[in-house]
Amino acid sequence: MVPFNILVAVCLVYVGLLFLVAFAAERRAERGRVGWLRSPLVYTLSLSIYCTAWTFYGAVGYAARSGLEYLTIYLGPTLVLIGWWVILRKLVRIGRSQRVTSIADLISSRYGKSNVLGVIVTVIAVVAATPYIALQLQSVTLSFGVFASGTPEGWALPDQSATALWVAGGLTLFTILFGTRNLDANERHHGVVMAIALEAVVKLVALLAVGIFVVWGVADGWSDIAARVHASPIADWPLQPGRWIGLTFVSAAAVLTLPRMFQVMVVENSDERHLSTASWAFPLYLLLMSLFVVPIAVVGLSELPEGANPDLFVLTLPLAEGQGKLAMLAFLGGFSSATSMVIVAAIALATMVSNHVVMPLWLSLREGGARAPGDVRGLVLMSRRISIAAVLALGYIYYVLSGGSAALAAIGLIAFLGVAQILPAMVGGIFWRGATGTGAALGLTVGFLTWLYTLYLPSFGEGGLLSARILSEGPWGIGWLRPQALFGIEGLDPLLHALFWSLSLNTFTFVSVSLFTFPGPVERMQGLAFVNVFDHDPGARGWSRGGAEAEDLLTMAQGILGADQAQGFFEAEAGAQGKAGFLPETTPDFIERLERRLAGAVGSATAHAMIAQFAVGAAVSAQDLMAVASEAQQILEYSTQLEAKSEELARTARQLTEANDKLKDLSVQKDAFLSQISHELRTPMTSIRAFSEILKDPDLPAEMQKKYAGVIHDETIRLTRLLDDLLDLSVLENRKVKLDVKVANLHDLISKAVQAASNTRPERQFTLHRDYPAEHIPVITDTDRLVQVFINLVSNARKYCDAERPELSINARQRGGRIIVDFIDNGSGIPKASQRLIFEKFARLTDTARAGGAGLGLAICREIMANLGGTIAYLPGQGGAAFRVSLPVRREVGVEAAAAE
Amino acid sequence: MGRHVLLIEDEPHIAEAIRFLLDREGWVVTSHSDGADAVEMIKRASPDIVILDLLLPGRSGHEILTDLRVDPAFATLPVLVLSARGSADTRARVEQAGASRFMAKPFANDEIVATLRQMTPA
Repeated sequence: MVPFNILVAVCLVYVGLLFLVAFAAERRAERGRVGWLRSPLVYTLSLSIYCTAWTFYGAVGYAARSGLEYLTIYLGPTLVLIGWWVILRKLVRIGRSQRVTSIADLISSRYGKSNVLGVIVTVIAVVAATPYIALQLQSVTLSFGVFASGTPEGWALPDQSATALWVAGGLTLFTILFGTRNLDANERHHGVVMAIALEAVVKLVALLAVGIFVVWGVADGWSDIAARVHASPIADWPLQPGRWIGLTFVSAAAVLTLPRMFQVMVVENSDERHLSTASWAFPLYLLLMSLFVVPIAVVGLSELPEGANPDLFVLTLPLAEGQGKLAMLAFLGGFSSATSMVIVAAIALATMVSNHVVMPLWLSLREGGARAPGDVRGLVLMSRRISIAAVLALGYIYYVLSGGSAALAAIGLIAFLGVAQILPAMVGGIFWRGATGTGAALGLTVGFLTWLYTLYLPSFGEGGLLSARILSEGPWGIGWLRPQALFGIEGLDPLLHALFWSLSLNTFTFVSVSLFTFPGPVERMQGLAFVNVFDHDPGARGWSRGGAEAEDLLTMAQGILGADQAQGFFEAEAGAQGKAGFLPETTPDFIERLERRLAGAVGSATAHAMIAQFAVGAAVSAQDLMAVASEAQQILEYSTQLEAKSEELARTARQLTEANDKLKDLSVQKDAFLSQISHELRTPMTSIRAFSEILKDPDLPAEMQKKYAGVIHDETIRLTRLLDDLLDLSVLENRKVKLDVKVANLHDLISKAVQAASNTRPERQFTLHRDYPAEHIPVITDTDRLVQVFINLVSNARKYCDAERPELSINARQRGGRIIVDFIDNGSGIPKASQRLIFEKFARLTDTARAGGAGLGLAICREIMANLGGTIAYLPGQGGAAFRVSLPVRREVGVEAAAAE
Repeated sequence: MGRHVLLIEDEPHIAEAIRFLLDREGWVVTSHSDGADAVEMIKRASPDIVILDLLLPGRSGHEILTDLRVDPAFATLPVLVLSARGSADTRARVEQAGASRFMAKPFANDEIVATLRQMTPA
């Protein structure tokens, strides 16, 4: 018998050995001497973490209880490995090209880097794995117990939960030490993989040793075993085809979806070719592991006392036969199975919890994004370490709370079915481009909840988490909702029942929702990258085969830059290489320039990702994708801004069109005005030129000379006045007039104007009617300008009044703060049609009595009145021509600016 | 000699200058300043040549010319059109309407006399 303390010592030495192996492997890898660390053998052995303590000890128990059905647990993985090129190869390729860190990352990355999906998968994995980890703790603790009780010294069994605590603590330490040395998933955990490969050998050797001992040491070889089998109940247990198919399927699904299996199979894979070795070597390993299961079971059943726990036959048979060292080896095998599973599961789960729960939470909790890279690195490591501790703590707590109940024995298959819920989203994701994140999330959720309800919760037994009442009658007495007979389907094996409902509801939801939803841009791109991962195989289509790739790149570039730009760029590049056509050699220089060119159009991250997709066929990291996602977000925001901008542009365009129309009108007016001025200038110049030529004649009589010189003089004055008026008008129209505001009596101003207008030609008999007393109104304004308006009106009346005895009445009065002065003559007035035009420039109506003046007078009057804050208007229906001038009594200073608007 | 010229021009000083020049040539000049009755005036006076301003009170020189050319008896009567609008556009429109010659104001005295001589060969 082996004393218990020696057992503990051997355990410690064994763990120390694992430390050493792991440490040596890490050192080797650090020095770049990877060599045999990456051999197919090590890869295959690392896959053996599939065989946990549950299979090491439990397979025998399983066989003792249910015959050969335990084989299904090995059959599933065997099928997956043998058919490795169907799914495994694709998973491994995607895992490497997308730098996948875990199964949650795979699903999340496939569906557009969806964090929701990452969280869902993580939750499923943790919920399913926690009891499984507890199971490992239990098996180690139990095996300790067996040794302790079996010692002749009657050594007191230490407290079970204290043992479990020690085991959990030790495993936590080991996992943290070797599981979180580096961050990047691409840098593999050489130490850990090496340690579990060693453990794989230990557990295989242990089980084979026990098997050989049992067959040839206890029994008398195979024939005896066959006879014992025949005599035992194992031979009577009928094969249940339904359960066989179902269990094989579940174990096949689990080998793909178990986080720890994904970790060693995909994440830790360093070479795709290792798969082909593993495809036969791993099934062989499984075969060896299962070879002696039945012999041990039947011998145990026949040799050991009734009621002995068949789950511990592997340990108790050697003990009962007095083979202490063999028992020790068996114990180490079981210990190896348990520890390797816990270590890898903890690493995988911690990566998921840290990447999909802790980090996003932390990033969203603190504003301003990540700080320095080193800072985040430290944080990630810390978060992983805490996650490892948390995962193991969960397992330990579960173990303590469940009190090592019998329900744990079934937990292996239950956990398998739990993680199998990921299968539809995974397989759909790598084979079906139409699969969407929404579909995956809903399918996973539905499948997970169904699994919880139909299998997980009932597994705690009646009176556990679900009351017996719910189990037998359904919640609220609704029969068709009974957890183990959904929709009235009864009599089915609970596991098959849960398998059927959870996976079919899951798949149905996933497929139908996917059909009715549309993936986002990043999701679409990822879907393409996943489904067509082999299309960009760098091995199959290397850089040397430039032509085909250049064509792909051109196609892509056209999609981004537009056909002309892209073709121009490619043609120029080809030309620079001395090639004709559009397809240059895809040299690194060319690729770099193309990437820069694309980056100008779509942003650097997107350009990089696209080039990588099309040209290199690999190396799109999670960071690249997140950058793409954030760029897509920016593009979205930018396009929203663009929409706003384009509305603004449309508005501006409308305003411009209006302004342009106005300008066109103004331009037409300007042309007419210039033409008019030209005419007004040419007329006096014609007279001046003609008479000055006549004056050159020396024979011209003196009186004629004098007369013609007078004509020239008059016409010159007319020209000058025209120019003065034009300048005046220009200044007035631009409101640039500087007003000379003075106080005056309106009466004086009118008199001044009448006086000034009296020399208007032609000189005619002209009667003026004024009301002097009414005219005495004080006014504060630019008096010179106001007089100018009055002169214009009086002389117009003198010039144009067509009455036989022309008369002009001037009436002035004050109304509130305004002064009103009317000028009304007794002529025929201005025709109605012309009344609107008289204030326009050059609006002289008739030329019959022209004596200077170019038709600018009233236009100037209108501008002056506007400058004075007043108005001038034609008064219709007064008999003769009638004008009304209205202005404020006091011209407010500072109104110019307002008037100018 | 003694050709008869009908001058239709509303600017008194311009009319006076032209009259002086043609007097000196020994021609007979009749002046008229209104556009409204210009066509009747031309037909009644039946001159050897007409000098027609374009911008007239009452009626434009353009209309007068168009009206005049409708009557076959005056279809070939030499008409010199004067205008203070010297653009090519104006010239083309005036010639279209049937002007024999077009001259922009201001003009050179020698030029207008020479032109009129050419228009009425002796």
